[in-house]
Amino acid sequence: MDAATSKAEVEASASLRDKVVVKNLDFYYSPGGPKALKSVSLALKLGKVTSFIGPSGCGKSTLLRVLNRMYDLYPGQRAEGEVMMDGENLLAPDLDLNLLRSRVGMVFQKPTPFPMSIYDNIAFGIRLYEKLPKSEMDGRVESSLKHAALWNEVKDKLQSSGLGLSGGQQQRLCIARTVAVQPEVILLDEPCSALDPISTAKIEELIDELSDGYTIAIVTHSMQQAARVSHFTAFMYLGEMIEFDDTKKVFTAPRDKRTQDYITGRFG
Amino acid sequence: MADHTQKAYDKELELLERRIAEMGGIAEKMVIEAMDALSGSDAALAHKVIASDERLDTLQREIEETAVLTIARRQPMAVDLREIISAIRVAGDLERVGDLAKNIAKRSLKIGGEARSPREIVGLKHMNDVATELLKDVLDAFAQRDVERARAVWERDVELDALEDSVFRDLLTHMMEDPRNISYCAHLLFCSKNVERIGDHATNIAETVFYLVTGETLPADRPKGGAEPPVEATGATT
Repeated sequence: MDAATSKAEVEASASLRDKVVVKNLDFYYSPGGPKALKSVSLALKLGKVTSFIGPSGCGKSTLLRVLNRMYDLYPGQRAEGEVMMDGENLLAPDLDLNLLRSRVGMVFQKPTPFPMSIYDNIAFGIRLYEKLPKSEMDGRVESSLKHAALWNEVKDKLQSSGLGLSGGQQQRLCIARTVAVQPEVILLDEPCSALDPISTAKIEELIDELSDGYTIAIVTHSMQQAARVSHFTAFMYLGEMIEFDDTKKVFTAPRDKRTQDYITGRFG
Repeated sequence: MADHTQKAYDKELELLERRIAEMGGIAEKMVIEAMDALSGSDAALAHKVIASDERLDTLQREIEETAVLTIARRQPMAVDLREIISAIRVAGDLERVGDLAKNIAKRSLKIGGEARSPREIVGLKHMNDVATELLKDVLDAFAQRDVERARAVWERDVELDALEDSVFRDLLTHMMEDPRNISYCAHLLFCSKNVERIGDHATNIAETVFYLVTGETLPADRPKGGAEPPVEATGATT
């Protein structure tokens, strides 16, 4: 045991600020139904990327959906426990959900551009929250597209439909749309699973760059992707948080046997 | 440990494991036989040792190829990754052990005709016995993923360092007693350096076993033996 190193690492991670703190979170998809999340606890660190891995149905997407109260769209679904963002309770019934979703943006597995122009895809979300003069709006659209590494590919056709873009471009358009409203946290639910390797590399590069200013949580089925892009990794299984640690540690020497079996491809 | 969902993955890892075991067996035998050839002036045995080095080199190349292919094909994680990295490292150490044994065998051929007394070689033989034991122990530790046994080897390397010191003094005395001994004893000095290095490779393997099992590394400063550092014999392996 290399005591010196691990102590330094512990101190380094302790000096990071918690952006979102989840404590003893239970989740039910139907009243009286089984728990989809069982007493899950973890903290998303400010300005860091946290990845969630685990077999299908382990609750990783469910957890993501709790973080921006997506589940509220479905009656009967219920979360119990504590989810705090900068000390504010995200589960409070009187929370302004529109405001929450502008602070916690989400990108889905399949690209979901609106059936409108590229420009309006970006501007649409901004108009919901802010009234900006045209010149300022133009600037915001441009900077969002640049942020999503899409600007150079679309700057000459901002008025053409977002649906005409390739899959990878559409996904980056969705990320640009999310970034445009200047959220604090970005949730990515398998953002690359429908993309080719080049588009995937671009999105990963993007995640890397975005992690400077945003707190990012990503659900992915690709272990290599989790290992590449994230600072912290959480392994979930059957609704439980099995292991949550430094990504480096999880992929080289995980503590729990179930984590090891899963990431090495030994799961039955 | 449970099998991988993909059986071919298990086969690749097993292949690495078997080749390491074969390399270990060859290297161990070479170390023992090289010293026997030296002490018994057995030219035939010396030639046999020199010839076995080729198989060791081939095995090392095969291990590296398999390891690189497995990494490219499977993107190994956690214990699998550590296993593959360990195989590459251990193969490298064993290949070097083979070179060192081969060098001793070559020297035994060179000094074959010179006058000698068995007295001078006793200390060296003892050193070689300790080195062989360390090598055997650490290879068992590797095969059984036994951290405690590996750590014991890692700590025992001091003995070898101390023995090298005393062999050095012995040989120096012999050379001063009778200058006709100088050429012979100088060869033995190089041999003792080789044996000491075999011990170093055993401790390298011990460190690898520790890493393989725990994912951690042993502390950088290993216990050191000998009151003063022995004179560095450069070019000992040429």
